[in-house]
Order: sequence, then structure tokens, then C-alpha cells
Amino acid sequence: MDATSAARAAIPAPAFTLSEVRFKDVLDIESLQIDSCQVSAIVGPSGGGKTTLLRILNRMTTPDSGFVAFFGQPVEEMDPVQLRRKVVMLTQMPVIFAGTVEENLLIGRRLAEKEGPAPDAVQAIMTRVGLDKELSADAARLSGGEKQRLALARVMLMDPEVMLLDEPSASLDEETEVLIFDLVTEFCRERCKTLIMVTHSEKGFTGYYDALVRIRDGRVEQITHQHEK
Amino acid sequence: MEGIIQIEILYLGLGYIVILLLLLLVRLKKLGKEWEITLASLRMTAQLVLTGFVLTYVFSWEKIWITLIIFAVMETFAVYTVFGRVKKSLFSALRLVIAGSMLLGTTAALAYFLFVIVRVSPWFAPRYFIPVAGMIIGNSMNGISIGIDRLSSGIRSQLDRLEGALMLGATPKEAARPFVKEAFSAGIMPIINNMMGMGIVFLPGMMTGQILAGVAPLDAIKYQIAIMLGIGGSVTVTVFLVTELGYRRFFNRHSQVRQEVLDMRL
Repeated sequence: MDATSAARAAIPAPAFTLSEVRFKDVLDIESLQIDSCQVSAIVGPSGGGKTTLLRILNRMTTPDSGFVAFFGQPVEEMDPVQLRRKVVMLTQMPVIFAGTVEENLLIGRRLAEKEGPAPDAVQAIMTRVGLDKELSADAARLSGGEKQRLALARVMLMDPEVMLLDEPSASLDEETEVLIFDLVTEFCRERCKTLIMVTHSEKGFTGYYDALVRIRDGRVEQITHQHEK
Repeated sequence: MEGIIQIEILYLGLGYIVILLLLLLVRLKKLGKEWEITLASLRMTAQLVLTGFVLTYVFSWEKIWITLIIFAVMETFAVYTVFGRVKKSLFSALRLVIAGSMLLGTTAALAYFLFVIVRVSPWFAPRYFIPVAGMIIGNSMNGISIGIDRLSSGIRSQLDRLEGALMLGATPKEAARPFVKEAFSAGIMPIINNMMGMGIVFLPGMMTGQILAGVAPLDAIKYQIAIMLGIGGSVTVTVFLVTELGYRRFFNRHSQVRQEVLDMRL
């Protein structure tokens, strides 16, 4: 490998490329690139369009105009269901389905029509997220923090290419918040996954991200890369 | 067959004394429903008198086009009744599904009843066609109203769960499955309960009417069983169609929840 191709290989390929993306009066993005294998934080005040941006990335929302590409491929050319199996979103309030802890852990893979995980993978992921519950326990009876850990474990088991986290710390105590950030970033870094996290305050994110995108009134105000700090 | 005892108009008039007593009671208790009771009694009387004259005319003519026009009027009335009942759960894309399911399910059940079970000849004989169509359409109308209302309110009150499944890569069909299942059960439950209690808890209207008209009970039950199977089949098919076709209307072609559904969040 010569010096040029080595340098090129070191530059991460963009997971998402957005250009002139507009949605109602909520979002107006001239240009934005989100690198793969990196942790990106999206910060800004509430109601600034952060959640809408995440929803556009996994096509839960279609912008009124503009161009969005996933690894160079325009998303409108992709089947939205297949895209969401690669770009999984974890919402602010964890969604728990009727059934046991085990059913909730496996439902992501089942819905995404993926094969069941390795036999010891479920227990391993439970230990990793610190969810000390019987697999047969009723998931509806878990506490808020436990539900968020369960939802996170479910997404980790799905092993997607991109994880979108919408303020996962909003309903959590500080200890669980730190644990979730540690877990997710470690998980994504060791597997070269792309992680995009949204928060209304960047304070809690310091030390976790490679790139920080500041959004205000639907527009990208500033992009800071960690190495520039 | 014994002839039925004719009710004299004068004695029929005495029946209205019950309504007068009811009005008196309501007034004494200050329940404030005098106008509704009066209107309901008058409407019931006027509608039945009108139906009596229309049916007399229709039965004597036995024309295919008259039967079909009456069938069309009944279907239209039923569809608009459903629209009215589920007004809060309704958005435009659901209207066609409701009308289509109603027409398809009831026509199939009615055709099976007339051609296969009772083998009515001619098939449009209004004496059979109209009352049977009325029972099939009426029950299916109730089933569809409950089914579509439960589907819509279930989805709109648990949008986070529906979207949560989509965000995990579920197809709209998979994401909506629990809501469809619940709506289907709710829609067919009244007819299931009806069949469970039939003959023990209550005697159905049609059978009572036939017995009063002098038909032997064993003949009357044959008709009742046949019509219940027809109604059961029709309700099941219409509710199945309206829930299976209906859930798709909550999503757009991008497998997203439609904006008008999001706007109707409960």
C-alpha cells in the first residue's frame, strides 16, 4: 500500500451524506457528513430538529426535499425496512413489548428476520448491560433504567451497522447514564460501528464523541471534530 | 300451519300506553329524556309502517332490479352508519376499505346462504333475500364498527410501540400484528357471544317471529341455524377484511406511519 492509499484508508467513509435536506420548518440542512466507525454527537436546544434528523436517517420520516445517502447510496433507492435493519434507532423512552425479558431481547432479531443469536450471547449481553433479571421475568415490570438497559441490549444483539440513540439518558439516573454511554461507545468502537447520539446538553458527552454536530433552529451551526479540540 | 292471530289496530294502539307510562316516569324522576323517547317511538312507528308498505309492494312484484336496489340502499346505509360510529377513528384512506370489506363480505355470505344452504328460487325472491340481507348486513356493520374502531384507537394510543417495532426493522405487517389481532377478536366477539347464548339465554327474533307465525319450532331452528352460520361467516369475513386491509392504510409507501395518523395520536 503506498502512502496515498494508506492515507485514504485512514479517512473513514461517510456513513451518511446529507445535502440541502429540508423538512417543514423543523429542519434545513445545507450539507452534513457523518463518518462511519465513529461516534457522533448531535447537540442543541430542545425542539431544534435533532430527533427529526435521526428519523430522517433511518427513514421514519421523509424530508420534503434534499438528498440523503447511506454509504453513498441514495436512501430513497433503498427499501426502508432493509435500511432500518442496518440503521437501528433507540428512542428516548424505551419501547417495551408485551412478554418476557427474553422475548423483548430477541424481538429485534425476530422483527428484522435475522437468525437467533448464539446460545450464550443473550446471557453475555445481559451481563454486559448490567441487567440482573430472570429471562422469564415480565418485561413490563422492569424499572425505567432496567427498561432502557433492556432496549439497549436488544439493539446490541441485533448488531446493526449504525446505532441511532435519541437522548438515551433522558429518563436515567447519572450512574446508568454513564454506564450506557460507556457501553455503547465501547461496543461500537470495538466493532467499527457508527454511533450517532442526540442530546440537549453536550456536557455529558465530553470524552465520548469523535465529532460533535451543533444544531440550532433546524440548521447545522457548527461541526467540531475531537482531534480539533 | 296455524294462522297468526291478527292484532287489531285499536289494541295495537293500547301498546303505546307503555310509552306514556315511561314518559310519566321519566318526568317524575326528572331524567330529561322525554323528547328522545317520544322521537324514538314515533320514528320506530313511521319507519316500520313505511317498511310494511314497501315490502308489500316489493313482495308482490318480485323484480330482480327492485331487490338489488334495496340491497344497494341497505349496504350504503350500513357503510355510512359505520362512518358515523367510528368518526373519531376515521381518516379518508380507511373509508374505501370499510366500504369494500362490507360489500365483499356480506355479498359472499348472502350468496352462500341463498344459493348453497336454502337454495332459494329465484335467488332474488325478496321474501328471503331482503330479511336475510338485513340480518347479515346489520351484524357485519356492528362487527366492522368495533373492529375498525379498536384497530384505530389501539394504534393511535400506542404509536410509540408501533414505531418502536418499525425502528427495529419490522415490516408494517409485523409491527401492526398485535393491533390487528386485538381488533379482529373484538370485532367478532359480539357474534361469538350471541351464538354461545342462543336458544338458552334468549330466543332470536327471527325464530320467535316464525314460531308466532305458526312455523313448527324444529323448522324454525333450521332457519335460525342457517342464518346464524350466514351471519357468523359474514361477520368473520368482513372483520377479517377490514382489519387485514385496514392496517395497511396506517402506513405510507415508505413503510412509515402516515402523517394524518400521527396527527390523530391519542
